[in-house]
Amino acid sequence: MQIGLLYSRIRKDEKLLLSELRERGHDVTKIDVRKHQFGLDGTTAPVDDLDVVVDRCLATSRSLYATRFIESYGVPVVNSPETAEICADKAKNSLALAEAGVPTPETKVAFTKESAMEAIEAFGYPCVLKPVVGSWGRLMAKIDSRSAAEAILEHKATLGHYEHKVFYVQEFVEKPGRDIRVLATDGEPVAAMTRSSEHWLTNAAKGGETEAFELDDEALELVEKASDAVGGGLLGVDLMETGDSYTVHEVNHTVEFKALNGTTDVDVPATVVDWLESKAAEKTAAEALA
Amino acid sequence: MTEAECAECGATLDLADDLETGEIIDCGTCGAELEVIDVNPPVLDRAPELEEDWGE
Ligand SMILES: [Zn+2]
Repeated sequence: MQIGLLYSRIRKDEKLLLSELRERGHDVTKIDVRKHQFGLDGTTAPVDDLDVVVDRCLATSRSLYATRFIESYGVPVVNSPETAEICADKAKNSLALAEAGVPTPETKVAFTKESAMEAIEAFGYPCVLKPVVGSWGRLMAKIDSRSAAEAILEHKATLGHYEHKVFYVQEFVEKPGRDIRVLATDGEPVAAMTRSSEHWLTNAAKGGETEAFELDDEALELVEKASDAVGGGLLGVDLMETGDSYTVHEVNHTVEFKALNGTTDVDVPATVVDWLESKAAEKTAAEALA
Repeated sequence: MTEAECAECGATLDLADDLETGEIIDCGTCGAELEVIDVNPPVLDRAPELEEDWGE
């Protein structure tokens, strides 16, 4: 197949994908989004003959716009701009999960310091304050007291840009020192691992310990529902254990999988490329019918 | 194995053969993040700063 890879940084994840694609003899066009323009009637990016484009843009804004334009040129893109739009924004992400009946932490959005303070006091301590955009757990705050809340809200209001004027307040979920990351393709799990840390943030990027994890039926169903809720695609679903059940914190659309590949027995890039091949085949089948 | 010069400190870096344009590598001498601009021959430049909305 002819596959395009949108990027602005090639990380270990992208290298794993590229080498798997090339080993299988696919024709890969790397598209550095920094070097192209995207117009209403076409782009300087070489997308014309591509069967599918994989968006691996690190920057959310680039991902949102580049995928939107590429889809408008009639080229299938994964993940879709609709999925990117929901996943890129924590508030939209939470709403989509709740609307689909997926258990997700209780969340409130407020637009002023005063209103955010009321939300925080209503949750009680500890609770969590997150930016609606952002990644790798950056700028997330676990708030233990009213004085901490006042200081953080004041800092955000003074120093943050406009995205930090949207206050996303969430209940703090008591978890057993670990959370679960599932990589899934259209709701079908590729592999799963736990990330453990003494710290309340357990992101692999923050240095948490990882271990392979076997999903039970309930988790499998939640991953499928969470994926559907955001429109499907190649996704990272973050779950936490809450005693005898799970809660889904968020779904990531530009998912990193290098840690997962090193943790589980699954050949992650090979499974992802299998799925990409099926996406390209869908396009070919649709064209044959047209 | 190929070599290139760090754009930050000038040290010589040994590079893997499967180098990719757009790849980010760290300079072992000064710790700078470098972006691979070209692979044949390898050219390195300072990598762009990470921004707030970068990453998963
Ligand atoms: Zn250097």
